[in-house]
Amino acid sequence: MKEQEHKPTAAELPAGGIVEAGTAAEFKTGPWRSIKPVWNKDKCIGCLTCWIYCPDAAIQIAQDPAGKKGMIVVGIDYDHCKGCGICSRECPPKISAITMEEEKK
Amino acid sequence: MVKPIFSKGKIVAKTGNEMMAEAMRQISPDVVAAYPITPATEIVQIFSQFVADGKVPTEFVAVESEHSAMSATIAASVAGARAMTGTSSQGFALMWEMLYIAAGLRLPIVMAEVNRALSAPINIHGDQSDTMGARDAGWIQIYSEDPQEAYDNMIQSVRIAEAAKLPTMVTTDGFIISHCMAAAEVYPDEDVKEFVGTYNPDRKLLDYKRPFTLGSIEMQDYYFEHRYQLAQAQRDAKKIILDVAKDFKNKFGREYGFYEKYKMDDAEIAIVTIGSAAGTTKAVINELREKGIKAGLIKIRIFRPFPADEIAKDLANVKAVAVLDRADSCSGTFAPVYSDVVSAMYANGVTGPKAENYVYGLGGREIDMNHIKDVYMHLDEVAKGKAQASKTVEYINVRIK
Repeated sequence: MKEQEHKPTAAELPAGGIVEAGTAAEFKTGPWRSIKPVWNKDKCIGCLTCWIYCPDAAIQIAQDPAGKKGMIVVGIDYDHCKGCGICSRECPPKISAITMEEEKK
Repeated sequence: MVKPIFSKGKIVAKTGNEMMAEAMRQISPDVVAAYPITPATEIVQIFSQFVADGKVPTEFVAVESEHSAMSATIAASVAGARAMTGTSSQGFALMWEMLYIAAGLRLPIVMAEVNRALSAPINIHGDQSDTMGARDAGWIQIYSEDPQEAYDNMIQSVRIAEAAKLPTMVTTDGFIISHCMAAAEVYPDEDVKEFVGTYNPDRKLLDYKRPFTLGSIEMQDYYFEHRYQLAQAQRDAKKIILDVAKDFKNKFGREYGFYEKYKMDDAEIAIVTIGSAAGTTKAVINELREKGIKAGLIKIRIFRPFPADEIAKDLANVKAVAVLDRADSCSGTFAPVYSDVVSAMYANGVTGPKAENYVYGLGGREIDMNHIKDVYMHLDEVAKGKAQASKTVEYINVRIK
């Protein structure tokens, strides 16, 4: 049997609904998506424009293993991407490394 | 007549608006965001002049609407600033959704509010419909009878708001107090500064080393607890209000409580009202007392939190009471102040006095000594068993038929 979770009382909760920062990571909001960005690793030049524009934090970046560039795009966090398409739109037109596709339900 | 009470105070001739602006200059908040609206325009206009003249270091944000004014004030408060605004009537109405957010986030914002009628029809004059409508918003509400009280209430409100973690509005009756000049005592800047102290919030968004989330979504499992906290904060604020009033008396000499009692000790008939009509009522009481009629007055200063038990106790021994509301609930029944007064009496077992409700002065409609005298004369007859107390809301000085 699942143990009853203790939920804080009014006396225990901080006033005004203050919550510690960064809790959005715990909530998987990806299923809200109706279209999804598909990232093409071979076309990507690692300019990070998509990472800057993403209104969530759904563009995953990491140190370039080849050591040529600093940080590069390594993928998309589908647990949090809501499919707004801004990354695809902002990806330089000559590159077009991100395309939007219908989400398969 | 205002007498100098504080040894270093200075008697000046100023309007309610000028006194509120003066208080704001002395309080010297970090941020003021406001949009002009009659009859509160002067408060922020005078204050913005103080800013422009370098008399106060406040960041003044001229916004494009009252909704934005309250939003910017909330944002400043969340960032950790002592933040204030001022408004009236339609502007206050436009702030509506943000009023609830300020209270829900428990931000000690102080608002200078000038009571004015709400449209339609358009009317710029004084009644208390605007703030009475927000009586459930979670804000502390402090009403003022004259410019001196408006000034004193503003100074106290900063400490009350910050200790209670509740936004607080201080109001005056539109034009009657906001624009009428009266003698008032201004205290030296340094004494006000010392009284209000500095604002040190527990958490502030500008403290980037301790980030936090504010305004998150709460569903069935958490929302109720936070709304309970807000309601409890109002109950807890009563002690804070009295403590601040006590400190204020010690520092500046003027005495304040939840309400002012005028000749209530032996009163057989009483009026309960709020704001500028109290002055007229006192003049009527003086006349009636000369004729041997034991009339008294309770002038409510703190409407939120409502001093229910205290008022019930003070009305327990009267034979008849009339609650004069300068706002109508349009509820099919009674107006706001009456509803609270009577429920307070009933809950405290005070069922002896007959209680009547009168709505007066909407849209700035005149209320003079004769109108109030008529109410007392009727109460006197009710008290003596010569007349029945009205069971419905009555109206003063309005053409009905």
